[in-house]
Amino acid sequence: MSDLWPRIEPLLARVEKPARYIGMEMGTEPGSLAPRHGSSRAAFLLIYPDTYEIGLPNQGLQILYELLNEREDAVAERAYAPWTDMEAAMRAARVPLFSVDTHRAAADFDVLAFNLSAELVYTNLLNLVDLAGVPVRNADRSPSHPVVIAGGHCTYNPEPLAEYVDAFAIGDGEEVIGEIADVVGAWKRGGRASREAVLRELATIPGVYVPSLYDVEYEGPVVRSVTPRYADVPAIVDKRTVADLAEWPYPKRQLVPLVEVVHDRLNVEIFRGCTRGCRFCQAGMITRPVRERPEEQVRTMVREGLRRTGYDEVALTSLSSADFSGIEGVVADLVTDQEGTGGVSVSLPSLRVDAFTVGIASELQKVRRSGLTFAPEAGTWRLRQVINKLIIEDDLYSAVDAAYSQGWRRVKLYFLTGLPTEMDEDTLGIAQLATNVTDIGRKYTKQASCTVSVGGFVPKPHTPFQWFGQNGVDELQRKITLLRNAVRGTRAQVKWHDPKATFAEGIASRGDRRIGRVIERVWRAGGTFQEWSEGFSLDLWLDAMRAEGLDPDWFVTRHRTRDEVLPWAHIAAGLHADFLWGDWQAALAEHGLPDCRWTPCYDCGVCTDYALEHVVASPVTPAGGSQGTGQDLTRSAVDVPVRFLGSKVRS
Amino acid sequence: MRGGAANPVRLRYTKLGKVRWISHRDVARALERAFRIAQLPLAFSEGFSPRPRVSFGLALSTGHESDAEYVDLVLAEPVDLDALPSRLDAGLPEGIAIVGAVALADRAPALQEAVTCVEWRVDVAHGDLTEVDPARLREQVDAALAEPVLEATRHRKGRDVIEDVRPVIRRITVCDEPSAAGLPTVVEMEMSTQPRGAKPGEVLAAIGDFTDVRALRTYQWIERDGARQEPLDADTRPRVPEACAS
Ligand code: B12
Ligand code: SF4
Repeated sequence: MSDLWPRIEPLLARVEKPARYIGMEMGTEPGSLAPRHGSSRAAFLLIYPDTYEIGLPNQGLQILYELLNEREDAVAERAYAPWTDMEAAMRAARVPLFSVDTHRAAADFDVLAFNLSAELVYTNLLNLVDLAGVPVRNADRSPSHPVVIAGGHCTYNPEPLAEYVDAFAIGDGEEVIGEIADVVGAWKRGGRASREAVLRELATIPGVYVPSLYDVEYEGPVVRSVTPRYADVPAIVDKRTVADLAEWPYPKRQLVPLVEVVHDRLNVEIFRGCTRGCRFCQAGMITRPVRERPEEQVRTMVREGLRRTGYDEVALTSLSSADFSGIEGVVADLVTDQEGTGGVSVSLPSLRVDAFTVGIASELQKVRRSGLTFAPEAGTWRLRQVINKLIIEDDLYSAVDAAYSQGWRRVKLYFLTGLPTEMDEDTLGIAQLATNVTDIGRKYTKQASCTVSVGGFVPKPHTPFQWFGQNGVDELQRKITLLRNAVRGTRAQVKWHDPKATFAEGIASRGDRRIGRVIERVWRAGGTFQEWSEGFSLDLWLDAMRAEGLDPDWFVTRHRTRDEVLPWAHIAAGLHADFLWGDWQAALAEHGLPDCRWTPCYDCGVCTDYALEHVVASPVTPAGGSQGTGQDLTRSAVDVPVRFLGSKVRS
Repeated sequence: MRGGAANPVRLRYTKLGKVRWISHRDVARALERAFRIAQLPLAFSEGFSPRPRVSFGLALSTGHESDAEYVDLVLAEPVDLDALPSRLDAGLPEGIAIVGAVALADRAPALQEAVTCVEWRVDVAHGDLTEVDPARLREQVDAALAEPVLEATRHRKGRDVIEDVRPVIRRITVCDEPSAAGLPTVVEMEMSTQPRGAKPGEVLAAIGDFTDVRALRTYQWIERDGARQEPLDADTRPRVPEACAS
């Protein structure tokens, strides 16, 4: 197969950041994981549909890359979205999308496998398929074209891309990728005969959804049903879940890029899943239950990872890292381990609001002390009960006090706006919180500052808020303006996400199959890199909706009713519809719900239906309690399906 | 001296092949990671946020290759310098290789000031990447160098400025044999770096419709008192016998 490098290299002198296109990451050198092709190996091109700097650190694709390259019958390479300057140069020179590992043409692979972590990258997916020389719609592809698959969180509503992606993998990918490789490998060795045959075969793998094998019927504008066309195709596609993270200590050899990327550090995933139950958070809902990695394995992965990569920073990643039961021990060891080596900086994304975590943070960030970030998400206790982010103001203030007193100067607060039941009082509550926070800071330093970052809320499938009608552009803008005026003259600074982008995300997020043509039109009109402010244009989306005869407000700002068939109803994250609806009603009634790791199970459906259980090292609630509040959580945890890891239990 | 003894070291390294597309900053980060992978006993600066004592020589632009790049570092304890290149190799990408390591005198002048002259070997094409006739190029070079001033467009801080690059140029030789890349025309350029240098491409574009398809830095020189020395030979400390080093 052809190495396109001689045709790529002449383009590099004319583009921004040419190193995006050369590969050469540590971990890909010959003899290590270097991809080995062969006629009996199923060849996967793993693609992150955004720039190299954003895409390379994606842990999901790095895990799959290793798993595939460890196999004797598969091979994986990687590709990212070329920036607009490079794309133009490639199209002019007729250079197709290529892998960064060996600079092989995308169309030479058997599978184009995308990660979808954000909806606004959908137009990039179409663009990359096109740049690969493959027809963008799956109906137009022949057996000579690669199979286009996708995984990642966005695939929990696969419908907007149903006409463009051949197969979706729902949930954790560690096991399913091997099963997909088996099927594709057999197809390849059989001469890649019929496309229909390989898709039918893929559809029999649990967790794999092949949209072309389902018929969608509408009743007026609403979906009436999504039905499989064959008996062996499942009516409901259930997510895949890796029961025990300990069996998957990946990536074992995290790739170290030569160019600076986001999250340029060693990342060690310490647990998957989160049951805090924040009602706006899709990631928390779809990744249940909690599966902790054994403390000892975390230590080994950190120690070996640092030694192998030469990084001086490590992030212990998860949806809420301070909740890890072994966190104290791991942190203490990390600090002792690194004494005298010049220091390693450790970051824990998503801190809880309590002095304990601030203590850890100062312990860890001896080397580089950036800002401390807390995410109260809403400005009043009332609204925080609605969204089930039960942070008590006084806890936030003592955490902030601890932070400023230990030398931090900048505190960042994250909020969402456009939440269900939100009133102007709640918006002004954000300003009040921020003012109080800076006042606390000024007791310690004149330079104390506080950044308030506000994102527009987009209701996501498989969450209790999936029925909620999103705020329109004007309403979000009005709230942002209200907030900006309220903090004028204080030391708090407001940053906000463009409400127009929030609206477009809303179209893609809860769209049905018809939204696919809208995405295609946006792409054809030049709308790539929609999550970049340089590339984004709401007008492209609204024009496309109009051209397709679809009403944007019907998709975005309309409240759904309980009896409506949601477009993703045939995809299951294990959450019972009754649980989600009940939780939505509880939200409207301003009732919180505790974390089922430490309080009795309320049967959301996941553990019970999938025979799963929480895997945690300690039954003891973290300091600050469930949700970081002082809630009484002394009730026993016997009713929760929990498996304790063998490691020592702290009390 | 024991304990707090500083052990300054100078390394020479290459940047060849695909890796030429990474920036000078990326090279610095790759080397620093390689030092940590090899667990090199780097000395750290004093102060609130200690930094390893590493200082890089002249920047090499993204896209240029080199046989002769240098970095100075200070080690907290002596190491076997002969073994250093292979010790660092495992942590470095293909194309970046340590090709020399010497003990440096205390307080040796920094590379950025000490280096006064560099040499390049450049594959030349026209601006539209078509082939250049060596005879034509030779004529144009001779004509350009005969003038007292050679105005070049230089990209500085995001703006194009016109500057006279004639004082930078010491020698331009159009070679007779073709390059390995198959281009018929190769030039050797020798240029000053103080008070400021110029890129081969900027000089070529000032001479005519020419560009550098590939530029390889072949030498860096430290000139002092009429003599020129390779940085690995200048300011170095005589090899200390093993017995004394420990
Ligand atoms: C690191 C991170 C980032 C990094 C790096 C992103 C990256 N390249 O992955 C940065 C800072 C760039 C980032 C940016 C953003 N992020 Co982010 N990020 C994360 C974070 C913390 C970890 C992601 C991760 O590595 N997960 C671990 C891996 C193992 O899981 P995974 O990627 O899902 O992969 C598994 C499966 O999904 C599956 N799989 C995945 N892909 C594929 C493909 C195939 C073919 C198959 C078979 C299987 C498969 O297999 C994998 C192994 O099981 C998550 C939170 C979290 N813990 O998940 C948020 C998260 C993914 N980000 C989120 C958001 C909102 C964003 C931004 C939009 C923020 C913003 N407003 O700018 C941007 C979008 C950038 C972009 N264009 O993608 C949300 C997504 C929410 C949503 N879409 O509903 C999350 C869930 C956080 C949250 N709770 O809000 N993010
Ligand atoms: S089934 Fe019970 S324990 Fe499991 S995630 Fe749902 S509520 Fe929590």
